[in-house]
Amino acid sequence: MPIRSYSSYALYALLCLAILAATRGNWINAYVQIVLMFIGINVILSSSLNLINGYMGEFSCGHAGFMAVGAYITSVLNVWLFASDRVFGPPVLPPESALFLFPFTLVVGGVGAALAGLLVAIPSFRTRGDYLAIITLAVNYIVKSGVENVQAIGGARGFMGMRKVVNAMEEVWDLPWTMIWIMVFVGLCVYVIHRFVNSVYGKGIMAIRDDEISAEIMSVDTRKMKITAFMLSSGLAGVAGGLFAHILGYINPGSFTILKSTEVMVMVYLGGMGSLSGSILSAVGFTILLELLRPLQVLKWVIIPMLLILLMLFRPEGLMGNRELTTVFPKLRRWFASKEP
Amino acid sequence: MALLEIRDLTHSFGGLTALQDYRLKLEPGEFVGLIGPNGAGKTTVFNLACGFYQPTRGDILLLGETIKGLRPHSVTSLGLSRTFQNIRLWNSLTVLENLCISQHSGLGYGLVDAVLRNRRFRESERRTIKAAEEVLEIMGLSRFASELPKNLPYGMQRRVEIGRALASRPKLLLLDEPAAGMNPGEIDQLIETIRWIHEHFSLTIWLIEHHMRVVMTLCNRIQVLNFGRIICEGSPQEVCDNEKVIEAYLGGGDSGNA
Repeated sequence: MPIRSYSSYALYALLCLAILAATRGNWINAYVQIVLMFIGINVILSSSLNLINGYMGEFSCGHAGFMAVGAYITSVLNVWLFASDRVFGPPVLPPESALFLFPFTLVVGGVGAALAGLLVAIPSFRTRGDYLAIITLAVNYIVKSGVENVQAIGGARGFMGMRKVVNAMEEVWDLPWTMIWIMVFVGLCVYVIHRFVNSVYGKGIMAIRDDEISAEIMSVDTRKMKITAFMLSSGLAGVAGGLFAHILGYINPGSFTILKSTEVMVMVYLGGMGSLSGSILSAVGFTILLELLRPLQVLKWVIIPMLLILLMLFRPEGLMGNRELTTVFPKLRRWFASKEP
Repeated sequence: MALLEIRDLTHSFGGLTALQDYRLKLEPGEFVGLIGPNGAGKTTVFNLACGFYQPTRGDILLLGETIKGLRPHSVTSLGLSRTFQNIRLWNSLTVLENLCISQHSGLGYGLVDAVLRNRRFRESERRTIKAAEEVLEIMGLSRFASELPKNLPYGMQRRVEIGRALASRPKLLLLDEPAAGMNPGEIDQLIETIRWIHEHFSLTIWLIEHHMRVVMTLCNRIQVLNFGRIICEGSPQEVCDNEKVIEAYLGGGDSGNA
Protein backbone atom coordinates (compact mmCIF):
# COMPACT_ATOMS: atom_id res chain seq x y z
CA MET A 1 0.00 0.00 0.00
CA PRO A 2 2.58 2.67 0.93
CA ILE A 3 4.35 2.31 -2.41
CA ARG A 4 1.10 2.59 -4.23
CA SER A 5 -0.08 5.67 -2.35
CA TYR A 6 3.19 7.53 -2.72
CA SER A 7 4.10 6.49 -6.23
CA SER A 8 2.14 9.33 -7.83
CA TYR A 9 3.85 11.95 -5.64
CA ALA A 10 7.23 10.39 -6.37
CA LEU A 11 6.52 10.43 -10.09
CA TYR A 12 5.52 14.07 -10.00
CA ALA A 13 8.58 14.98 -7.94
CA LEU A 14 10.78 13.18 -10.47
CA LEU A 15 9.12 15.00 -13.34
CA CYS A 16 9.69 18.33 -11.60
CA LEU A 17 13.32 17.51 -10.89
CA ALA A 18 13.85 16.47 -14.49
CA ILE A 19 12.37 19.73 -15.75
CA LEU A 20 14.45 21.66 -13.24
CA ALA A 21 17.63 19.85 -14.27
CA ALA A 22 16.85 20.43 -17.92
CA THR A 23 16.35 24.13 -17.24
CA ARG A 24 19.50 24.46 -15.19
CA GLY A 25 21.59 22.46 -17.63
CA ASN A 26 20.30 24.54 -20.54
CA TRP A 27 19.11 21.39 -22.30
CA ILE A 28 15.91 23.17 -23.15
CA ASN A 29 15.84 26.71 -24.44
CA ALA A 30 13.94 29.63 -23.00
CA TYR A 31 11.05 29.13 -25.42
CA VAL A 32 10.42 25.54 -24.29
CA GLN A 33 10.68 26.70 -20.69
CA ILE A 34 8.00 29.31 -21.24
CA VAL A 35 5.76 26.75 -22.94
CA LEU A 36 6.25 24.42 -20.00
CA MET A 37 5.23 27.21 -17.63
CA PHE A 38 2.13 27.97 -19.70
CA ILE A 39 1.25 24.28 -19.56
CA GLY A 40 1.43 24.47 -15.77
CA ILE A 41 -0.82 27.54 -15.70
CA ASN A 42 -3.31 25.88 -18.02
CA VAL A 43 -3.39 22.73 -15.90
CA ILE A 44 -4.38 24.81 -12.88
CA LEU A 45 -6.96 26.77 -14.88
CA SER A 46 -8.61 23.79 -16.54
CA SER A 47 -8.69 21.56 -13.49
CA SER A 48 -10.13 24.35 -11.34
CA LEU A 49 -12.76 25.23 -13.94
CA ASN A 50 -13.64 21.54 -14.18
CA LEU A 51 -14.69 21.74 -10.54
CA ILE A 52 -17.50 24.09 -11.58
CA ASN A 53 -18.36 23.05 -15.13
CA GLY A 54 -17.66 19.36 -14.75
CA TYR A 55 -18.16 18.26 -11.17
CA MET A 56 -20.81 20.76 -10.13
CA GLY A 57 -22.51 20.99 -13.52
CA GLU A 58 -22.80 24.77 -13.55
CA PHE A 59 -21.69 26.70 -16.59
CA SER A 60 -19.05 29.24 -15.72
CA CYS A 61 -17.52 31.09 -18.65
CA GLY A 62 -15.69 33.87 -16.84
CA HIS A 63 -12.72 32.02 -15.43
CA ALA A 64 -10.23 34.55 -16.83
CA GLY A 65 -11.85 37.24 -14.67
CA PHE A 66 -10.76 35.46 -11.49
CA MET A 67 -7.39 34.85 -13.00
CA ALA A 68 -7.09 38.61 -13.56
CA VAL A 69 -8.00 39.38 -9.96
CA GLY A 70 -5.29 37.07 -8.70
CA ALA A 71 -2.76 38.27 -11.25
CA TYR A 72 -3.23 41.94 -10.39
CA ILE A 73 -3.34 41.49 -6.62
CA THR A 74 -0.18 39.38 -6.56
CA SER A 75 1.67 41.60 -9.04
CA VAL A 76 0.80 44.85 -7.31
CA LEU A 77 1.72 43.41 -3.93
CA ASN A 78 5.03 42.06 -5.17
CA VAL A 79 6.02 45.23 -6.98
CA TRP A 80 4.98 47.38 -4.02
CA LEU A 81 6.79 45.20 -1.49
CA PHE A 82 9.91 44.07 -3.31
CA ALA A 83 10.71 46.37 -6.21
CA SER A 84 11.31 50.05 -6.81
CA ASP A 85 8.59 51.33 -9.04
CA ARG A 86 7.56 54.63 -10.55
CA VAL A 87 4.14 54.57 -8.92
CA PHE A 88 4.79 52.69 -5.70
CA GLY A 89 8.21 54.12 -4.92
CA PRO A 90 11.06 52.19 -3.30
CA PRO A 91 10.48 48.64 -2.03
CA VAL A 92 8.79 48.38 1.35
CA LEU A 93 10.68 45.22 2.29
CA PRO A 94 14.20 44.14 1.33
CA PRO A 95 13.90 42.67 -2.19
CA GLU A 96 15.66 39.47 -1.07
CA SER A 97 12.72 38.60 1.19
CA ALA A 98 10.68 37.96 -1.97
CA LEU A 99 12.24 34.53 -1.97
CA PHE A 100 10.23 33.55 1.12
CA LEU A 101 7.25 35.82 0.75
CA PHE A 102 6.41 35.08 -2.89
CA PRO A 103 4.13 32.10 -2.09
CA PHE A 104 2.29 34.25 0.44
CA THR A 105 1.57 37.01 -2.04
CA LEU A 106 0.37 34.32 -4.44
CA VAL A 107 -2.00 32.99 -1.82
CA VAL A 108 -3.21 36.52 -1.07
CA GLY A 109 -3.99 36.87 -4.78
CA GLY A 110 -5.82 33.56 -4.63
CA VAL A 111 -7.85 34.68 -1.63
CA GLY A 112 -8.75 37.90 -3.43
CA ALA A 113 -9.91 35.92 -6.43
CA ALA A 114 -11.86 33.57 -4.16
CA LEU A 115 -13.69 36.56 -2.71
CA ALA A 116 -14.45 37.71 -6.25
CA GLY A 117 -15.85 34.21 -6.75
CA LEU A 118 -18.59 35.15 -4.31
CA LEU A 119 -19.91 37.44 -7.04
CA VAL A 120 -20.90 34.29 -8.87
CA ALA A 121 -21.52 31.98 -5.91
CA ILE A 122 -24.24 34.10 -4.33
CA PRO A 123 -26.36 34.54 -7.49
CA SER A 124 -25.98 30.79 -8.04
CA PHE A 125 -28.31 30.17 -5.07
CA ARG A 126 -31.20 31.43 -7.09
CA THR A 127 -30.31 30.79 -10.68
CA ARG A 128 -28.43 28.22 -12.69
CA GLY A 129 -27.69 27.08 -16.21
CA ASP A 130 -27.79 29.71 -18.94
CA TYR A 131 -28.66 32.51 -16.56
CA LEU A 132 -25.73 31.84 -14.29
CA ALA A 133 -23.50 31.62 -17.38
CA ILE A 134 -24.49 35.18 -18.23
CA ILE A 135 -23.60 36.27 -14.70
CA THR A 136 -20.14 34.70 -14.98
CA LEU A 137 -19.71 36.46 -18.30
CA ALA A 138 -20.66 39.74 -16.66
CA VAL A 139 -18.18 39.18 -13.84
CA ASN A 140 -15.44 38.61 -16.41
CA TYR A 141 -16.29 41.94 -18.03
CA ILE A 142 -16.61 43.77 -14.72
CA VAL A 143 -13.12 42.68 -13.71
CA LYS A 144 -11.58 43.47 -17.07
CA SER A 145 -13.19 46.90 -17.39
CA GLY A 146 -12.48 47.63 -13.74
CA VAL A 147 -8.78 47.02 -14.23
CA GLU A 148 -8.75 48.98 -17.48
CA ASN A 149 -10.00 52.04 -15.65
CA VAL A 150 -7.65 52.09 -12.69
CA GLN A 151 -4.75 54.21 -13.90
CA ALA A 152 -2.61 53.50 -10.82
CA ILE A 153 -2.10 49.92 -12.00
CA GLY A 154 -1.55 50.88 -15.60
CA GLY A 155 -5.10 50.79 -16.87
CA ALA A 156 -5.34 49.43 -20.39
CA ARG A 157 -1.58 49.84 -20.86
CA GLY A 158 -0.92 47.00 -18.50
CA PHE A 159 1.24 46.55 -15.44
CA MET A 160 4.87 45.54 -15.22
CA GLY A 161 7.75 45.32 -12.80
CA MET A 162 7.31 41.69 -11.78
CA ARG A 163 10.52 40.85 -13.65
CA LYS A 164 12.42 42.85 -11.02
CA VAL A 165 10.89 40.71 -8.30
CA VAL A 166 11.88 37.50 -10.07
CA ASN A 167 15.36 38.90 -10.62
CA ALA A 168 15.62 39.76 -6.93
CA MET A 169 14.80 36.16 -6.06
CA GLU A 170 17.26 34.81 -8.59
CA GLU A 171 20.00 37.07 -7.24
CA VAL A 172 19.68 35.46 -3.83
CA TRP A 173 19.67 31.95 -5.16
CA ASP A 174 20.10 31.36 -8.85
CA LEU A 175 17.22 29.02 -9.62
CA PRO A 176 14.31 29.40 -12.06
CA TRP A 177 11.93 30.49 -9.33
CA THR A 178 8.87 31.14 -11.46
CA MET A 179 9.12 27.63 -12.86
CA ILE A 180 9.58 26.16 -9.39
CA TRP A 181 6.57 27.92 -7.93
CA ILE A 182 4.45 26.96 -10.91
CA MET A 183 5.37 23.31 -10.41
CA VAL A 184 4.67 23.53 -6.68
CA PHE A 185 1.27 25.12 -7.17
CA VAL A 186 0.27 22.80 -10.01
CA GLY A 187 0.99 19.90 -7.67
CA LEU A 188 -0.93 21.52 -4.82
CA CYS A 189 -3.88 22.39 -7.03
CA VAL A 190 -4.29 18.89 -8.41
CA TYR A 191 -3.77 17.43 -4.95
CA VAL A 192 -6.46 19.63 -3.41
CA ILE A 193 -9.00 19.04 -6.17
CA HIS A 194 -8.31 15.31 -6.26
CA ARG A 195 -8.84 14.95 -2.54
CA PHE A 196 -11.87 17.22 -2.53
CA VAL A 197 -13.76 15.34 -5.25
CA ASN A 198 -12.85 11.98 -3.74
CA SER A 199 -14.36 12.73 -0.34
CA VAL A 200 -18.02 12.25 0.54
CA TYR A 201 -18.01 15.94 1.44
CA GLY A 202 -16.83 16.95 -2.02
CA LYS A 203 -19.16 14.54 -3.76
CA GLY A 204 -21.92 16.78 -2.45
CA ILE A 205 -21.25 19.01 -5.48
CA MET A 206 -21.82 16.07 -7.81
CA ALA A 207 -25.14 15.46 -6.11
CA ILE A 208 -25.94 19.11 -6.91
CA ARG A 209 -25.08 18.44 -10.55
CA ASP A 210 -27.32 15.37 -10.74
CA ASP A 211 -30.31 16.76 -8.87
CA GLU A 212 -30.04 19.97 -6.92
CA ILE A 213 -33.45 19.70 -5.27
CA SER A 214 -32.93 16.21 -3.93
CA ALA A 215 -29.41 17.17 -2.85
CA GLU A 216 -30.80 19.99 -0.73
CA ILE A 217 -33.57 17.82 0.71
CA MET A 218 -31.27 14.88 1.35
CA SER A 219 -29.06 16.89 3.72
CA VAL A 220 -26.52 18.55 1.41
CA ASP A 221 -26.16 22.21 2.33
CA THR A 222 -26.21 23.29 -1.30
CA ARG A 223 -25.44 26.94 -0.59
CA LYS A 224 -22.39 26.12 1.45
CA MET A 225 -21.18 23.62 -1.12
CA LYS A 226 -21.66 26.11 -3.94
CA ILE A 227 -19.74 28.78 -2.05
CA THR A 228 -16.98 26.27 -1.30
CA ALA A 229 -16.72 25.09 -4.90
CA PHE A 230 -16.88 28.54 -6.48
CA MET A 231 -14.38 30.01 -4.03
CA LEU A 232 -12.00 27.09 -4.39
CA SER A 233 -12.20 27.22 -8.15
CA SER A 234 -11.79 30.97 -8.48
CA GLY A 235 -9.10 31.00 -5.80
CA LEU A 236 -7.05 28.50 -7.75
CA ALA A 237 -7.61 30.55 -10.91
CA GLY A 238 -6.31 33.56 -8.98
CA VAL A 239 -3.15 31.68 -8.03
CA ALA A 240 -2.73 30.69 -11.67
CA GLY A 241 -3.09 34.36 -12.59
CA GLY A 242 -0.44 35.40 -10.05
CA LEU A 243 1.99 32.86 -11.49
CA PHE A 244 1.09 33.82 -15.06
CA ALA A 245 1.99 37.44 -14.31
CA HIS A 246 5.52 36.42 -13.37
CA ILE A 247 6.27 34.40 -16.49
CA LEU A 248 6.64 37.38 -18.77
CA GLY A 249 6.68 40.02 -16.04
CA TYR A 250 3.93 41.95 -17.79
CA ILE A 251 0.15 41.75 -17.71
CA ASN A 252 -2.57 43.78 -19.34
CA PRO A 253 -6.35 43.53 -19.15
CA GLY A 254 -6.36 42.20 -22.70
CA SER A 255 -4.92 38.90 -21.48
CA PHE A 256 -7.97 38.20 -19.36
CA THR A 257 -10.82 38.56 -21.80
CA ILE A 258 -13.61 36.20 -22.67
CA LEU A 259 -11.23 34.65 -25.20
CA LYS A 260 -8.99 33.39 -22.43
CA SER A 261 -12.04 32.06 -20.56
CA THR A 262 -13.12 30.26 -23.71
CA GLU A 263 -9.69 28.73 -24.10
CA VAL A 264 -9.92 27.30 -20.59
CA MET A 265 -13.43 26.04 -21.26
CA VAL A 266 -12.24 24.33 -24.43
CA MET A 267 -9.59 22.54 -22.40
CA VAL A 268 -12.20 21.36 -19.89
CA TYR A 269 -14.58 20.07 -22.55
CA LEU A 270 -11.76 18.55 -24.53
CA GLY A 271 -10.55 16.59 -21.55
CA GLY A 272 -13.94 15.53 -20.34
CA MET A 273 -16.31 16.94 -17.78
CA GLY A 274 -15.74 15.68 -14.28
CA SER A 275 -12.44 14.05 -15.13
CA LEU A 276 -9.40 15.48 -13.40
CA SER A 277 -6.94 13.44 -15.44
CA GLY A 278 -8.79 14.51 -18.58
CA SER A 279 -8.38 18.17 -17.66
CA ILE A 280 -4.67 17.73 -17.07
CA LEU A 281 -4.08 15.78 -20.27
CA SER A 282 -6.06 18.22 -22.36
CA ALA A 283 -4.34 21.25 -20.81
CA VAL A 284 -0.99 19.74 -21.69
CA GLY A 285 -2.09 18.59 -25.14
CA PHE A 286 -3.94 21.74 -26.07
CA THR A 287 -1.10 24.05 -25.03
CA ILE A 288 1.39 22.02 -27.04
CA LEU A 289 -0.97 21.88 -30.01
CA LEU A 290 -1.35 25.67 -29.95
CA GLU A 291 2.42 26.05 -30.02
CA LEU A 292 2.94 23.44 -32.74
CA LEU A 293 0.42 25.15 -34.97
CA ARG A 294 2.01 28.54 -34.44
CA PRO A 295 3.81 28.47 -37.84
CA LEU A 296 0.41 28.28 -39.53
CA GLN A 297 -0.37 31.72 -38.09
CA VAL A 298 -3.98 32.72 -38.74
CA LEU A 299 -4.80 29.29 -40.13
CA LYS A 300 -4.32 28.00 -36.56
CA TRP A 301 -7.64 29.56 -35.65
CA VAL A 302 -9.29 27.68 -38.45
CA ILE A 303 -7.80 24.32 -37.65
CA ILE A 304 -8.35 24.34 -33.89
CA PRO A 305 -12.06 25.16 -34.05
CA MET A 306 -12.38 22.51 -36.75
CA LEU A 307 -10.79 19.98 -34.42
CA LEU A 308 -13.26 21.01 -31.77
CA ILE A 309 -16.21 20.51 -34.09
CA LEU A 310 -14.91 17.07 -34.98
CA LEU A 311 -14.44 16.23 -31.32
CA MET A 312 -17.96 17.34 -30.45
CA LEU A 313 -19.32 15.26 -33.33
CA PHE A 314 -17.46 12.06 -32.63
CA ARG A 315 -16.71 12.22 -28.93
CA PRO A 316 -19.01 14.77 -27.27
CA GLU A 317 -18.11 13.57 -23.78
CA GLY A 318 -14.48 14.69 -24.25
CA LEU A 319 -11.36 12.59 -24.36
CA MET A 320 -11.86 10.98 -20.98
CA GLY A 321 -15.60 11.36 -20.54
CA ASN A 322 -16.57 11.14 -16.92
CA ARG A 323 -13.73 8.75 -16.19
CA GLU A 324 -10.22 8.92 -14.82
CA LEU A 325 -7.07 7.41 -16.26
CA THR A 326 -7.27 4.58 -13.76
CA THR A 327 -10.73 3.61 -15.03
CA VAL A 328 -9.59 3.57 -18.63
CA PHE A 329 -6.42 1.65 -17.87
CA PRO A 330 -7.16 -0.50 -14.83
CA LYS A 331 -3.59 -1.76 -14.84
CA LEU A 332 -2.48 1.67 -13.70
CA ARG A 333 -4.24 1.00 -10.46
CA ARG A 334 -1.53 -1.43 -9.49
CA TRP A 335 0.87 1.48 -9.35
CA PHE A 336 -1.29 4.43 -8.44
CA ALA A 337 -3.86 4.54 -5.68
CA SER A 338 -5.78 6.96 -7.84
CA LYS A 339 -4.94 9.64 -10.35
CA GLU A 340 -1.38 10.89 -10.50
CA PRO A 341 -0.96 14.46 -9.32
CA MET B 1 -44.05 14.93 23.30
CA ALA B 2 -45.24 14.42 19.78
CA LEU B 3 -42.50 13.70 17.27
CA LEU B 4 -44.17 15.84 14.64
CA GLU B 5 -46.98 18.25 15.13
CA ILE B 6 -48.59 20.17 12.32
CA ARG B 7 -50.99 22.95 13.18
CA ASP B 8 -53.49 24.53 10.82
CA LEU B 9 -51.17 24.27 7.86
CA THR B 10 -52.29 26.19 4.80
CA HIS B 11 -50.43 26.57 1.56
CA SER B 12 -51.40 28.46 -1.56
CA PHE B 13 -49.77 28.57 -4.96
CA GLY B 14 -50.73 32.03 -6.12
CA GLY B 15 -54.52 32.06 -5.80
CA LEU B 16 -54.89 28.30 -5.58
CA THR B 17 -55.13 26.92 -2.07
CA ALA B 18 -53.50 23.51 -2.31
CA LEU B 19 -53.81 22.73 1.37
CA GLN B 20 -56.09 24.12 4.02
CA ASP B 21 -56.01 23.79 7.81
CA TYR B 22 -54.11 20.55 7.73
CA ARG B 23 -53.47 19.01 11.16
CA LEU B 24 -51.44 16.05 12.28
CA LYS B 25 -49.88 14.78 15.48
CA LEU B 26 -47.39 11.94 15.06
CA GLU B 27 -46.34 10.04 18.16
CA PRO B 28 -43.02 8.16 18.10
CA GLY B 29 -43.36 4.71 16.55
CA GLU B 30 -46.60 5.41 14.72
CA PHE B 31 -47.25 4.38 11.15
CA VAL B 32 -49.58 6.85 9.52
CA GLY B 33 -50.88 6.80 5.99
CA LEU B 34 -51.94 9.74 3.87
CA ILE B 35 -54.20 8.93 0.97
CA GLY B 36 -56.40 10.79 -1.41
CA PRO B 37 -57.15 11.16 -5.11
CA ASN B 38 -54.60 12.69 -7.47
CA GLY B 39 -54.03 16.37 -6.84
CA ALA B 40 -55.44 16.21 -3.33
CA GLY B 41 -52.33 17.90 -1.88
CA LYS B 42 -50.54 14.90 -0.41
CA THR B 43 -47.12 15.65 -1.84
CA THR B 44 -47.58 19.31 -0.93
CA VAL B 45 -47.86 18.21 2.70
CA PHE B 46 -44.55 16.36 2.39
CA ASN B 47 -42.88 19.25 0.63
CA LEU B 48 -43.98 21.53 3.45
CA ALA B 49 -42.89 19.11 6.16
CA CYS B 50 -39.39 18.72 4.75
CA GLY B 51 -38.94 22.47 4.34
CA PHE B 52 -38.99 22.58 0.57
CA TYR B 53 -42.05 24.83 0.58
CA GLN B 54 -42.69 27.47 3.19
CA PRO B 55 -46.27 27.40 4.49
CA THR B 56 -48.58 30.34 3.88
CA ARG B 57 -50.05 29.85 7.35
CA GLY B 58 -49.70 27.41 10.20
CA ASP B 59 -46.81 25.80 11.97
CA ILE B 60 -44.79 22.59 11.86
CA LEU B 61 -43.05 21.37 15.01
CA LEU B 62 -40.47 18.62 15.01
CA LEU B 63 -39.80 17.40 18.56
CA GLY B 64 -41.48 20.50 19.91
CA GLU B 65 -39.37 22.95 17.89
CA THR B 66 -40.69 24.83 14.92
CA ILE B 67 -39.05 24.04 11.61
CA LYS B 68 -40.65 26.94 9.81
CA GLY B 69 -38.04 28.94 7.96
CA LEU B 70 -35.41 26.22 8.09
CA ARG B 71 -33.85 25.10 4.83
CA PRO B 72 -34.50 21.48 3.84
CA HIS B 73 -31.01 20.21 4.65
CA SER B 74 -31.33 21.48 8.23
CA VAL B 75 -34.71 19.81 8.61
CA THR B 76 -33.15 16.57 7.41
CA SER B 77 -30.33 16.87 9.91
CA LEU B 78 -32.95 17.18 12.67
CA GLY B 79 -34.10 13.66 11.87
CA LEU B 80 -36.64 13.87 9.09
CA SER B 81 -35.92 12.10 5.86
CA ARG B 82 -38.00 11.42 2.78
CA THR B 83 -38.24 9.68 -0.54
CA PHE B 84 -39.60 11.14 -3.75
CA GLN B 85 -42.60 10.16 -5.79
CA ASN B 86 -40.67 10.52 -9.04
CA ILE B 87 -37.33 8.90 -8.27
CA ARG B 88 -34.66 11.52 -7.68
CA LEU B 89 -31.45 9.61 -7.25
CA TRP B 90 -28.06 11.01 -8.21
CA ASN B 91 -27.50 9.05 -11.35
CA SER B 92 -23.83 9.68 -12.04
CA LEU B 93 -22.87 8.49 -8.57
CA THR B 94 -22.89 4.86 -7.47
CA VAL B 95 -25.56 3.42 -5.20
CA LEU B 96 -23.10 3.37 -2.31
CA GLU B 97 -22.14 7.00 -2.92
CA ASN B 98 -25.82 7.93 -3.01
CA LEU B 99 -26.24 6.47 0.43
CA CYS B 100 -23.09 8.17 1.71
CA ILE B 101 -24.00 11.61 0.44
CA SER B 102 -27.36 11.51 2.17
CA GLN B 103 -25.38 11.60 5.42
CA HIS B 104 -23.74 14.84 4.28
CA SER B 105 -24.95 17.05 7.10
CA GLY B 106 -23.61 14.62 9.69
CA LEU B 107 -20.13 14.28 8.22
CA GLY B 108 -18.57 16.65 10.73
CA TYR B 109 -15.60 17.61 8.59
CA GLY B 110 -14.94 20.22 5.94
CA LEU B 111 -12.76 21.10 2.99
CA VAL B 112 -9.56 21.39 5.00
CA ASP B 113 -10.03 17.99 6.63
CA ALA B 114 -10.82 16.43 3.26
CA VAL B 115 -7.61 17.83 1.77
CA LEU B 116 -5.42 16.86 4.70
CA ARG B 117 -7.13 13.46 5.12
CA ASN B 118 -6.63 13.79 8.86
CA ARG B 119 -8.09 11.55 11.52
CA ARG B 120 -11.39 13.36 11.67
CA PHE B 121 -11.79 12.81 7.92
CA ARG B 122 -10.81 9.15 8.02
CA GLU B 123 -13.06 8.32 10.94
CA SER B 124 -16.02 10.13 9.50
CA GLU B 125 -15.48 8.55 6.09
CA ARG B 126 -15.26 5.06 7.62
CA ARG B 127 -18.38 5.63 9.72
CA THR B 128 -20.31 6.98 6.73
CA ILE B 129 -19.40 4.12 4.42
CA LYS B 130 -20.13 1.55 7.13
CA ALA B 131 -23.56 3.01 7.77
CA ALA B 132 -24.27 3.03 4.04
CA GLU B 133 -23.19 -0.58 3.67
CA GLU B 134 -25.38 -1.65 6.57
CA VAL B 135 -28.40 -0.07 4.97
CA LEU B 136 -27.57 -1.65 1.62
CA GLU B 137 -27.45 -5.01 3.36
CA ILE B 138 -30.82 -4.45 4.98
CA MET B 139 -32.40 -3.31 1.74
CA GLY B 140 -30.90 -6.26 -0.11
CA LEU B 141 -28.91 -3.98 -2.36
CA SER B 142 -25.36 -4.96 -1.47
CA ARG B 143 -24.64 -6.47 -4.85
CA PHE B 144 -25.57 -3.19 -6.55
CA ALA B 145 -23.28 -1.05 -4.37
CA SER B 146 -21.04 0.02 -7.22
CA GLU B 147 -23.73 0.25 -9.89
CA LEU B 148 -25.14 3.53 -11.13
CA PRO B 149 -28.78 3.86 -10.03
CA LYS B 150 -29.98 4.54 -13.58
CA ASN B 151 -28.86 1.05 -14.62
CA LEU B 152 -31.04 -0.66 -12.01
CA PRO B 153 -34.57 -1.90 -12.58
CA TYR B 154 -37.29 0.45 -11.44
CA GLY B 155 -38.23 -1.49 -8.32
CA MET B 156 -34.61 -1.54 -7.21
CA GLN B 157 -34.29 2.20 -7.76
CA ARG B 158 -37.23 2.66 -5.39
CA ARG B 159 -35.43 0.54 -2.82
CA VAL B 160 -32.29 2.64 -3.26
CA GLU B 161 -34.41 5.73 -2.59
CA ILE B 162 -35.67 4.26 0.67
CA GLY B 163 -32.13 3.19 1.52
CA ARG B 164 -30.83 6.67 0.86
CA ALA B 165 -33.43 8.12 3.19
CA LEU B 166 -32.58 5.55 5.86
CA ALA B 167 -28.83 6.08 5.67
CA SER B 168 -29.14 9.44 7.39
CA ARG B 169 -30.64 7.62 10.40
CA PRO B 170 -33.88 9.59 10.59
CA LYS B 171 -36.39 9.50 13.40
CA LEU B 172 -39.21 10.16 11.00
CA LEU B 173 -39.36 8.70 7.52
CA LEU B 174 -41.63 10.13 4.86
CA LEU B 175 -42.36 7.72 2.03
CA ASP B 176 -43.94 9.27 -1.05
CA GLU B 177 -45.56 6.46 -3.05
CA PRO B 178 -42.84 3.88 -2.54
CA ALA B 179 -44.79 1.21 -4.42
CA ALA B 180 -45.52 3.28 -7.52
CA GLY B 181 -44.64 1.35 -10.65
CA MET B 182 -43.91 -1.92 -8.85
CA ASN B 183 -45.34 -5.29 -9.76
CA PRO B 184 -47.33 -7.31 -7.17
CA GLY B 185 -44.32 -9.45 -6.25
CA GLU B 186 -42.14 -6.42 -5.65
CA ILE B 187 -44.94 -4.83 -3.61
CA ASP B 188 -45.10 -7.85 -1.30
CA GLN B 189 -41.36 -7.62 -0.78
CA LEU B 190 -41.58 -3.88 -0.20
CA ILE B 191 -44.30 -4.30 2.45
CA GLU B 192 -42.10 -6.77 4.29
CA THR B 193 -39.08 -4.49 4.09
CA ILE B 194 -40.95 -1.43 5.28
CA ARG B 195 -42.49 -3.36 8.15
CA TRP B 196 -39.08 -4.67 9.09
CA ILE B 197 -37.34 -1.29 9.06
CA HIS B 198 -40.23 0.21 11.03
CA GLU B 199 -39.57 -2.24 13.84
CA HIS B 200 -35.82 -2.58 13.50
CA PHE B 201 -35.00 1.14 13.52
CA SER B 202 -37.97 2.02 15.80
CA LEU B 203 -38.90 4.56 13.18
CA THR B 204 -41.97 6.65 12.78
CA ILE B 205 -43.24 6.34 9.24
CA TRP B 206 -45.55 8.60 7.34
CA LEU B 207 -46.66 7.13 4.05
CA ILE B 208 -48.35 8.37 0.91
CA GLU B 209 -49.55 5.52 -1.25
CA HIS B 210 -52.14 4.68 -3.84
CA HIS B 211 -51.92 0.92 -3.48
CA MET B 212 -54.60 0.23 -0.89
CA ARG B 213 -53.04 -3.11 0.01
CA VAL B 214 -49.86 -1.38 1.14
CA VAL B 215 -51.69 1.26 3.13
CA MET B 216 -54.17 -1.10 4.72
CA THR B 217 -51.59 -3.66 5.85
CA LEU B 218 -49.01 -1.22 7.16
CA CYS B 219 -50.73 1.79 8.66
CA ASN B 220 -52.22 2.11 12.14
CA ARG B 221 -53.92 5.32 11.24
CA ILE B 222 -54.94 6.84 7.96
CA GLN B 223 -55.77 10.37 6.91
CA VAL B 224 -57.71 11.02 3.72
CA LEU B 225 -57.13 14.26 1.87
CA ASN B 226 -59.33 15.68 -0.85
CA PHE B 227 -59.00 19.12 -2.42
CA GLY B 228 -56.49 20.12 0.24
CA ARG B 229 -58.70 19.26 3.21
CA ILE B 230 -58.77 16.30 5.55
CA ILE B 231 -62.06 14.55 4.91
CA CYS B 232 -61.57 11.58 7.17
CA GLU B 233 -59.15 10.23 9.73
CA GLY B 234 -59.08 6.94 11.58
CA SER B 235 -58.12 3.27 11.55
CA PRO B 236 -57.90 1.50 8.17
CA GLN B 237 -61.32 -0.08 8.74
CA GLU B 238 -62.99 3.19 9.62
CA VAL B 239 -61.56 4.86 6.57
CA CYS B 240 -62.70 2.05 4.29
CA ASP B 241 -66.23 2.37 5.54
CA ASN B 242 -66.41 6.13 5.40
CA GLU B 243 -68.90 7.49 2.91
CA LYS B 244 -67.00 10.67 2.16
CA VAL B 245 -63.93 8.64 1.24
CA ILE B 246 -65.86 6.41 -1.12
CA GLU B 247 -67.39 9.49 -2.64
CA ALA B 248 -64.00 11.18 -3.08
CA TYR B 249 -62.54 8.17 -4.79
CA LEU B 250 -65.48 7.03 -6.86
CA GLY B 251 -67.19 10.40 -7.28
CA GLY B 252 -70.55 11.14 -5.73
CA GLY B 253 -73.50 11.87 -8.01
CA ASP B 254 -74.30 15.30 -6.62
CA SER B 255 -71.07 16.15 -4.86
CA GLY B 256 -70.36 19.85 -4.60
CA ASN B 257 -66.69 19.12 -5.15
CA ALA B 258 -67.02 17.56 -8.53
